[in-house]
Amino acid sequence: GCFVFKPSTKKRRSSEKTAHDFRSGSDDSEDTELRFVTCQSLWNQIKSETEQIQEDLNKQLLDNLVSFLSRSHSEFQEKTTEWTCRMKFREIPTAALVLGVNVTDHDLTFRGLSDVLQDNITPYIALLEAKDCPGIKNLMQKLMGQLMNCDVDVDSLEDEDCVQVSQNRIRCSMSSLISWYESVTKKTDSETPSKKRNSSSRHWQSPPVVVIFKDMESFTTKVLQDFIVISSQHIHELPLVLIFGIATSPMIIHRLLPHSVSSLLCIELFQSISCKEHLSTIIDKLLLTSQFPFKLGEKVLQVLINIFLYHDFSVQNFIKGFQLCIVEHFYSQPLSVLCCQLVDVKKRVYSLSHDQCENIRRLPSFRRYVEKQESGKQVALLTNDSFLKEETVKLLEDLHVYHENYVSILRCLHVFTSSLPKYPLGKQIRELHCACLENRVWETEEYESFLQLARMLNKTDLVAMLQQCVEILMSSSGKEFDKSVEKLKEFLTQFQNLEEASQERDVSVSSQKELQKKTDLYHLQKTLLELKESRRSKKLTKFEMLRFEVVDYIDSLVRKYLVPADDRTLHEIVYFNAATVLRGHLNAAPRTALHTALNNPHWYLKNQALKCDGGGISNKAPDICIVYKLHLECGRLINLVDWLEAFSTVVMAAEEPNADAASSDQVDDTIHARFIRAVSELELLGFIKPSKQKTDHVARLTWGGC
Amino acid sequence: MSGPEGTRSSRRSLQVKFVPDEDVLKHIADDAGTKLRKDKAQLSVSMKRFVKKLENISDNEAQEILEEKNYVAALGICAQDPVGNGSNISGGEVYSFQTPKRSSKMAELASELAQTPEQNVAPDHSKCSEKMAKTPQSSNERDVSSSNACFFFAVQSKKKEFVSTTPYRLRKRLAAADPYLESESEYSASCSEEEDEEDQKEVSIVLSSQKTPGKTKAASTPPPRNSLAKKIKEQKMGNLVEEYFEAHSSSKVLTSDRTLQKFRKRRLNQQTLHDLLKKAPLAYAAEIRDLNHQHESLFSKWMLQLHLGFNIVLYGLGSKRDLLEKFRTSLLQDSVHLVVNGYFPSITVRSILNSITEEVLDHIGTFRSPVDQLEFIIKRFKEDSSLELYVLIHNLDSQMLRGERSQQILAQLSSLPSIYLIASIDHINAPLMWDQAKLSLYNWLWYETTTFSPYVEETSYENSLLVQQSGSLALSSLMHVLHSLTLNARGIFRLLAQHQLEKKDNPSYPGLSFQDFYQQCREAFLVNSDLTLRAQLTEFRDHKLIRTKRGADGVEYLLIPVDDSTLTDFLEKEDEDV
Repeated sequence: GCFVFKPSTKKRRSSEKTAHDFRSGSDDSEDTELRFVTCQSLWNQIKSETEQIQEDLNKQLLDNLVSFLSRSHSEFQEKTTEWTCRMKFREIPTAALVLGVNVTDHDLTFRGLSDVLQDNITPYIALLEAKDCPGIKNLMQKLMGQLMNCDVDVDSLEDEDCVQVSQNRIRCSMSSLISWYESVTKKTDSETPSKKRNSSSRHWQSPPVVVIFKDMESFTTKVLQDFIVISSQHIHELPLVLIFGIATSPMIIHRLLPHSVSSLLCIELFQSISCKEHLSTIIDKLLLTSQFPFKLGEKVLQVLINIFLYHDFSVQNFIKGFQLCIVEHFYSQPLSVLCCQLVDVKKRVYSLSHDQCENIRRLPSFRRYVEKQESGKQVALLTNDSFLKEETVKLLEDLHVYHENYVSILRCLHVFTSSLPKYPLGKQIRELHCACLENRVWETEEYESFLQLARMLNKTDLVAMLQQCVEILMSSSGKEFDKSVEKLKEFLTQFQNLEEASQERDVSVSSQKELQKKTDLYHLQKTLLELKESRRSKKLTKFEMLRFEVVDYIDSLVRKYLVPADDRTLHEIVYFNAATVLRGHLNAAPRTALHTALNNPHWYLKNQALKCDGGGISNKAPDICIVYKLHLECGRLINLVDWLEAFSTVVMAAEEPNADAASSDQVDDTIHARFIRAVSELELLGFIKPSKQKTDHVARLTWGGC
Repeated sequence: MSGPEGTRSSRRSLQVKFVPDEDVLKHIADDAGTKLRKDKAQLSVSMKRFVKKLENISDNEAQEILEEKNYVAALGICAQDPVGNGSNISGGEVYSFQTPKRSSKMAELASELAQTPEQNVAPDHSKCSEKMAKTPQSSNERDVSSSNACFFFAVQSKKKEFVSTTPYRLRKRLAAADPYLESESEYSASCSEEEDEEDQKEVSIVLSSQKTPGKTKAASTPPPRNSLAKKIKEQKMGNLVEEYFEAHSSSKVLTSDRTLQKFRKRRLNQQTLHDLLKKAPLAYAAEIRDLNHQHESLFSKWMLQLHLGFNIVLYGLGSKRDLLEKFRTSLLQDSVHLVVNGYFPSITVRSILNSITEEVLDHIGTFRSPVDQLEFIIKRFKEDSSLELYVLIHNLDSQMLRGERSQQILAQLSSLPSIYLIASIDHINAPLMWDQAKLSLYNWLWYETTTFSPYVEETSYENSLLVQQSGSLALSSLMHVLHSLTLNARGIFRLLAQHQLEKKDNPSYPGLSFQDFYQQCREAFLVNSDLTLRAQLTEFRDHKLIRTKRGADGVEYLLIPVDDSTLTDFLEKEDEDV
């Protein structure tokens, strides 16, 4: 079943090839090269950025782990009393690392961890996975194999003989491990101090052996227990440290290990950041920034976030989706060549070909823009390429400025919305971002309720929020915010002044004091009514007036800057909006596709004969569709004879609509063959299977047959 | 909540206990009766509580529902796609349970389809409405799901029509032509069961049908604004559960007893089948070609995405073999590539790995386990960055490759940056093979490539139900093995075969008991002690010529696991030879 094909000629380099594929896919050949390069560099930038983010987020965790490891190790080193007493109890220092359910992201964390450990603590690290260790023997084999290999890394000059011994031939037992450890540490001891400083100064004299269980939950209990019990016997000879990677909760340790075993461990708990926080940071750094020219449209972002929230919680998958977006965008949009850093825009626009200019003119957003101009300019835009290019540069710069402003104001708005009760516009900034991208946010109901709630904020909160806004605007790169900052600062000073002149409120306070006196129900009601009357008639206090002003000002900022991107001219160049494509590739529904093909073949085969109203199916449909449709009418078992007869009735009617059943006492061989083929196709697709319950019957498998 | 289930389980537990007979009778009569009544009462009570609870639904939950709806909406957004799958279908329609229908329905539908007028003519409305009336549940589903709510109220009471009274028009028509068929009873249950079980079932059906109106009534009272969606959903769930248990309430299935043998239809063998199909014209060839052209335009995009570290999986109805083959011949000619025919019945991961190590990496030597081999491959590919390999797998979801370990190995293989995997899947449950970890290793990009081409190669290896493939294969293997044996051994086997053929009309024939067989063999001077017979039988068994079964009385029964017609053929051939 396997066939290898080898070309006779030597092939080209792969990178060239990739570029070649990129080129051959699109029609115009001129800019593809540049587009591909832009795409690749952008992706590389983003990739390194995400890696940086990941590293920063894990830093705290890794630092804690490193200090834990060095602590457990130093005790062994100095042979202090504490260690000896622990040794008496044979406790293995253990770090329980709670990583969350997004198992697919853990690999990166572990890789980072082992790198850090390698640099700081010890060269002896073994990463174990449950699927490699079905038994204690395999575990030991794996462990020793990894340890001996990393030994080679550190002092590669000597002990070649040791390397040659393949792991299979070593007797894998704890004692051989210990003797290996002794020989290794002795060797380092015997070296001259100076040399040692040079070669491995970062490690201690007898570094601990770190064993990482990547997915602790999936290990068999027996293996874990055995390993722990055995190694606890030898803890005084081998400074072992365990790290458990845990996806669920730390309780799992106690569920997996009985008390007698878990008492051999000295567990310390470490918690990594949650995947949601991770995602927020990623979105913050990748999308809500003007650093990268490429942007995601609302629906695309929604699809990515939904896949994250409803399917896997995996940040890696989110980034993969992002990568796909970039590739798709640069591949499908010829104008994406302009999706670059602002400094390059001018040069690229001026080198555009005539065809590309036509492409610009064809953009819907650009057409809308042209329609708004006066007639003279319209003609110039539509006919004069160089004028168009000038205009394009200007528009692209506008777009860039719009982004900068958008992000800052979005953050300011988020300061307000995130602290309001019930979060009318979403708790996370990504929700707010989506809402703003989708349509004019100030026209939504949620925004209305946000304004109402904001008008009821108390003073301390309001002041704090304003201060935050001022900070955000000051730090933003946009140039237009000087005035806004001034204005906000002015509001702040006004609030300051209010405090001094707040004596007048005593009156109302006194009336409220009255309420607190002992009174009966009737009087209470009366006073309350009076109070209400006076409230209504009373004009707003200074604070309230000021609060209205502030909210109105924020509102005006929102209306000015948070215009949805779809309204901006040339947004097609930097925004990727093909959510359908993305969803089709990442979150496909194979069953739905099959269902459609079987029930409604006209969807795919554009033939008039197949067109059918409602849920019915034409009798001219492909055989498999007819057979499928007939089988839907059956119970759990299907009689093949009945099925065949029904099928032949349909098919014969389709072939000769006028001839009646008279001619067909025997089923035609061809039809029989077609039936056989269709049935075996259904079997391949998993709708039916042969059944032994009754002769010549098949069992249905959908809706949980058998 | 679930009446039928409850009563059934209580009955079961009573049967297990040991108590004097009369007690049992009394107990069953009493207890079952009260149980039923009690259940009914409880049902209504819990119903009320259920409604209460729903009405007190908190804002929080409502919020959740809203979010969920948003999600559905967001994922449901599907503009006109060039290829476009029909994702306007809600999940409920694809996965919903259906009440078991009687097989007459199939004939009915067939005649209906047969009577469909020429499609170019506009459908006349009278026929349409008649059809709607005939299948109320499906039309109902369609209506509601086409509206935005995408939930459907399955009308339970309509579905309760168990006995279909429509005459079996078509059956009559066809049967009249074949008097042989008419003479026998049309239907029988597939397994015989006691009367009381049927009664029990009847009760449970009544119970469940009583339950339903109450439920619908509860739902139709004007609910608070926000909990409506939730309630509808609950109700839908409830109906689904009921339908499920209804469909599986008894192991009895009513189908007609007709068999292909009685149908006097000769079974086609693989070759004639192939020839017949070759002669039959492929329907809609032009449209299928169009579809294929659409898919072929994506080839360069696939290459690009493969090179960028994604792997590609193709799904959709129709064989994707030709498409992949075309991809291979048009784009992969200058590179090393491996084609794996997953549908091949004897393919294993091992053979895939072997062909990589032996033919791609030119490594001579064996490995202890596939995991070792995989490690070796990974090491080699990491060391040598100029190594590149394209792997095409037809039917990644085939019987042999769908196992957990095989998928794990393939996933790890595909995660290598210089191995490019492009695969196709067909089975409806194929995506269930992969958990999150494997999915992230595979790093799939999904492409829908519905081709509607027949699965010629893929199904040719299958031990199909209707093809006489197994017979011819078994016959030739029988002959082969027998020819290599001694004359006596052949005689022994003949005896057994003849005996089995004599008893072929007895459906509960257990096989020939060892003692009888020994006696017969002795009489025919074939063996002289039961030890020699045993030695001979062991040889047969090793070649899978016979099967032994120990009966209830501890006697060993011998049986040839080949169908009667093959056995007859075999004896005829043997006679010719002798």
